[in-house]
Parts: sequence; structure tokens; C-alpha cells
Amino acid sequence: MKTNYKKFQEKFIEGLLMLSGTVTSLTVLLIVVFLFSEGLGVFNKKPIDDDFNLTIHAENRISKLSPSQVKNIFDQKIKNWKEVGGKDEKIILFKIDDISDFYTDDQLGKDFKNLSWCINDYIVKHRGVIAFFSKKYISKNFKGKILDVDKIKVSEFLSGDEWFPTARPVAQMGVKPLILGTLWVSLGAILIALPLGLAAAIYLSEIANSRIRNILKPLIELLAGIPSVVYGFFGLVIIVPLIQQLFNLPVGETALAGSVVLGIMALPTIITISEDAMRNTPRAMKEASLALGASKWQTIYKVVIPHSASGITAGAILGIGRAIGETMAVLMVTGNAAIIPTTLLEPVRTIPATIAAELGEAPNGGVHYQALFALGCILFIITLVINLLVEFVTKRKTLSKH
Amino acid sequence: MDKDLKISRKKKINQAIAFSLFTFLSYFIVAILFVILAFLIYKGIGVLSWGFISEMPTDGMTSGGIYPAIIGTLILVFGSMLFAFPVGVMAAIYMNEYVKDGWIKRFIKLMTNNLAGVPSIVFGLFGMALFVNKLEFGDSILAGSLTLGLLALPVVIRTTEEALKAVDDTFRQASLGLGASKWQTTSKVVLPIAFPNIITGLILSIGRVSGETAPILFTVAAYFLPKLPSGIFDQVMALPYHLYVISTSGTNIEKSREMAYGTALILIIIVLISNLAASRLRKYFGKKVKMN
Repeated sequence: MKTNYKKFQEKFIEGLLMLSGTVTSLTVLLIVVFLFSEGLGVFNKKPIDDDFNLTIHAENRISKLSPSQVKNIFDQKIKNWKEVGGKDEKIILFKIDDISDFYTDDQLGKDFKNLSWCINDYIVKHRGVIAFFSKKYISKNFKGKILDVDKIKVSEFLSGDEWFPTARPVAQMGVKPLILGTLWVSLGAILIALPLGLAAAIYLSEIANSRIRNILKPLIELLAGIPSVVYGFFGLVIIVPLIQQLFNLPVGETALAGSVVLGIMALPTIITISEDAMRNTPRAMKEASLALGASKWQTIYKVVIPHSASGITAGAILGIGRAIGETMAVLMVTGNAAIIPTTLLEPVRTIPATIAAELGEAPNGGVHYQALFALGCILFIITLVINLLVEFVTKRKTLSKH
Repeated sequence: MDKDLKISRKKKINQAIAFSLFTFLSYFIVAILFVILAFLIYKGIGVLSWGFISEMPTDGMTSGGIYPAIIGTLILVFGSMLFAFPVGVMAAIYMNEYVKDGWIKRFIKLMTNNLAGVPSIVFGLFGMALFVNKLEFGDSILAGSLTLGLLALPVVIRTTEEALKAVDDTFRQASLGLGASKWQTTSKVVLPIAFPNIITGLILSIGRVSGETAPILFTVAAYFLPKLPSGIFDQVMALPYHLYVISTSGTNIEKSREMAYGTALILIIIVLISNLAASRLRKYFGKKVKMN
């Protein structure tokens, strides 16, 4: 009886442990499900506010426009209907704010009582009109035509040059400037961190004596423990003004500031991983090299570094991964302008910073909200690729050993 | 002979140049660390006072203290560890003691590594979608703690696994040989030996969780809340979010700079204490085990 109970207890505990063992896999799965179900929803939506309509004259042949066409029309880059496949007719933009230019106060009535009548009247009278106004101003006997807007396409989302998710009449959701901004900042960070980090790793593993190593290593690990928001704050009060003065810029919040802060933050990752890899070089290999008459430095760059190349690569890739995903520090120092960067001295906006800055204002379930989740998907895929890459690089090393 | 000497001289010079460069760069990095720490401590130390950590913020967060943010961070750390610590330790025990080498183990390991690499803002998005919206916890301590807990999970699992791996296999064999069951061996022999290192991992993950901002942005953090929470469905203020808010978007950024320096210093102190405690603990228990 007692052994039965004991056996049951053993099994029960094993089951419990197994359940906990699956929790990380489950979490990754849930992240994928939730991120993608919300994020992919953006491609099922029209980038126009649900409460608003785009309307045209009833005899206009056009019935559907793409988001970028609508934008170009309202930016007056497209001035004639024939450019979007319609009749040769000049496009007349109508905005509700201009209504008093066309109708007197008497016609509009008290408290704009007759507003919907006036809008209808204006649209009927102008053949080339395109109007954007709230659905509530559509009168019962509305004589215009409601224009359909295309859904957001994946290709437009990825290659679009403009990110104005709250723009009117249609939101512009091109993530190219954000992706490029993220890459610029991360690339700058790794250019700063990699040489410095490698130098420190070589020093710690091959040059410094153990006493100095035991002091420096915990200090560098401490650098990894400082919260990113503190780095961001430090960047904001020190590095941003410094860059502004140094390069004589109107604002110091630039990609460079982000790169410097991220570079400092990526240092511990690179140092720790490369140093571990270098220390794993078999002593016999080093001593063989020294015995052949090579100097210590020759041994380092001809034996130790080639031997630990995969570890160093892994460290560098992980460092880039950290930099790409870093949110708060970047948000605080890069200026967050959603433009395609041309130099490091301009403000940029990264993917994580965009999510952090905009999610709070995006209405739940709306296009903007879903677009931010789509950004999260992109970020998730990038980091997944990076992790698998690291896995691959380190695995190759263990295979080649045998 | 003359040529050989020249070569060896050149070798020496090269080495000297390379080594002094590396030494210099290493100390440069340490110098950066010191500049950051020294600057923030120098600026923040004047702000620190009993009132600063025990009073509510006043005048649009330009004066008063940061008491509710400290309490909020403590609650979130406690809540997240309540979830992450037991689950993480159990997962690590399963990985290290129970499951055999094979594709299951490799798969779980890969997933844990992937989870560790997921950016914290993605955890924030996920926490918002699942806990805040789907499960309808709202912006709450519960949602924030669970999000932070998931973030800390890979860290806890990894450090616990390291701790378990460090236990010599002869202990397990001796226990099993005496007729103890697997769980008896694990709970009575392996865990007590690994315990100090597991606790060290716990302390380090506390340090990490207390400074995380992105995951709590949309799951729990309140901009300004002049009272303490009364239940797990309330919002709280938190130190890292508070620092972000008052240094970038407060009502008066210049005026609240002082408060920002103080808050940054408190965050650094938390990290310093947890790192110090972890390394002390490691040293203390390390000695004790050796003496036995």
C-alpha cells in the first residue's frame, strides 16, 4: 500500500516537472499565436478610419483606390482623375473645414444643422470632387458615390517609405524607414562595441593576470545589469548634448547617440561570450605554438582567435540581437523621426521604439494597433533568425571538434 | 644570426604594441563604466533622503518622493518571482534530472534559448494581447507580474540548470544506490547542494526584473498614481517607468531632473545590491561546501 502511494507520488511529481519543462515552449508558441493573429489582421483591414468615408461624384468611373493613390491625391501629387484610370477631369479636393468658403452661415444653418445637405450639394455640383468626412454627415438621400480603399498589401507594408499610422484620410504604413532605422542604429552600435569588446576579451583571457581579471570581470558583468532605462537617461543627459555640441547639430537626438548607448550596452555580451570562447582554447595548442617560437601575440592571433572564431561570432551576433531588440534606451535618445536615414547624425526611429511610443495611443483592435503587432512580428522573426544563427554557429564548432 | 635577432625584435615590438592597445582599451571600457556610475551617483546622492523614498510625488512629479514607485516595483518583482521561480526551478529539474538526452531535450533547450532572446518589448506586446485584453485582467499587477515572470523564466531556468549541473554525479549515484527514488534523490541530495547557486540565480533575476520597462509599459505601469494599490487588479507606478516618464515627458522636464537623478540612482543601487549579494552568497556557500 505504502509503496503504491510512493509510486504514485513519484509519477505525479514527474508529471508536474514535465509540465513545467514545457512551459517555455508553450510560451514561445503562445507568443507566435498572439503576435501573428493580431499582426496579420492588419492586412485584412482598410487603412481608413471606420467612422469616415471617402466620397466622389456619382458619375466618376473610379470605385476603388489604393492607399498610396489616396495619399498622393490629397498631397496634390496626383491632380487629374485620368492618372488613376478615370476620365480626364481635374481633381477637386474637398475638406470639411473649407465648407464655410462655399456656403454662407445661413445656408449651413444654426449649429451646422444643414451641413450634410451642403456636403451633398457640393459633391453633386462638382464632377471632379473627392471628399473626406465623417459618416454621420452622410444624408439619407446622398447623391455621391462612396469610394472604396484597398486593403494594406504585405508588399506595400514592407516596402512603403512612409510611416504615418494616424494620417488622414488614409494611414500610411510603410515600415521601411523603421527597419532601416533599426539596422542603422544596431550596425553603428556593433561597429563601436565589437572592436572594443574583442580587445577587452583578449586582454581578460590572455594578457591580464588572474587578480586583475577577478576584479574586472564582475565590473563588466555589472555593466550588463544596469537597466536600459538608466542607460537611456544617461544618454539623454550626457551623450545627446555632447553629440549636439561636437557636430554642431540642431538636435543631439540622433542615430549616433543611439549607437553609442547601444554599443555600451552590447559590450558585456560580446566580452563575456568571446572571453569564454578564448579561454576554452586547449592549453596544449597554445603551448605548442609558444614552443615553436611564436610570441604570445602571434599565438593569440594565429591560434587562440581562429580557434574561438565561432564563439566570437556568436557573441557578435547576440550583441546585434540585443541591439535590435533594445527599446527604452533607443526610444530616449534617437529622436524618433520616422524618416529613412541617410547619415548617422539624423534622428531615426527603430521598430521597438515605435511600438513603445505608439501602442499606448493606438485604439485596441484598430488598424494602428494591429500594425504595431505586425512590427512585433517582424522583430520576433529577426530575433528568432539571430538565435537560430547563434545555435548553428556554436553547433558547427562542437561538431568540428570530433 | 643578425636577421633572426631582427625578427625577434620586431615580434617583441608588435606584441608590445598590441598588448598595450588591448590593455588600454580594456581600461577604457572600465573607465566608461566608472564615468556612468560616478556621474549618476554624484548627481543623485544629493537628492536621496528619507523623504525621497517615503513620500508621495507632489507638484506634477517635480518634488516630493517616489514612494509609490518603489512599492510598485517591489510588488512586481515579488509577483513575477512568485510565478517564475517555482516554474523555472521545476523546469530546470526536469531538464537536468529527468529527461534523457534526445530530441525532446534539444527542442526544449532551443525554445528556452529563443525565449531568452525575445526582445522585452515583444513580451510587452504579448502580455497586453494575452493578459490585458484576452484574459481581461486589464492594466493590473497580475498582468504585469505574469509578463515579467515570463521574461525572467529563461534566466531562472538557465541559472538553475547550471547549479544542478555543478552537483557531482557521485552524489546521485550514491543516493540511488542506497535505494532512494529519483525524486528523493533530487529533493534530498541534489537540491540542497545546488541550493546556494539557485538562490544566486534568483537574486540576479530580481535585479534584471526590477529594471525592465518595456514589458510593463502596457500591462501595469501607471503614469501617476498618488496611492498604493489595494488588490492585484490595480495599476501601480514602477521605478523604471517613472524614470522614463519624468525624464522625457513629465509636466516640467527641467524641474523634475533632480527627481530623475534620484530615481536612476535608486535603480542602480538595486542592481548593485543584488549583484553584490549574489557574489557574496556564492563565495560564502562556496567556502562552506569546501570545508565539509
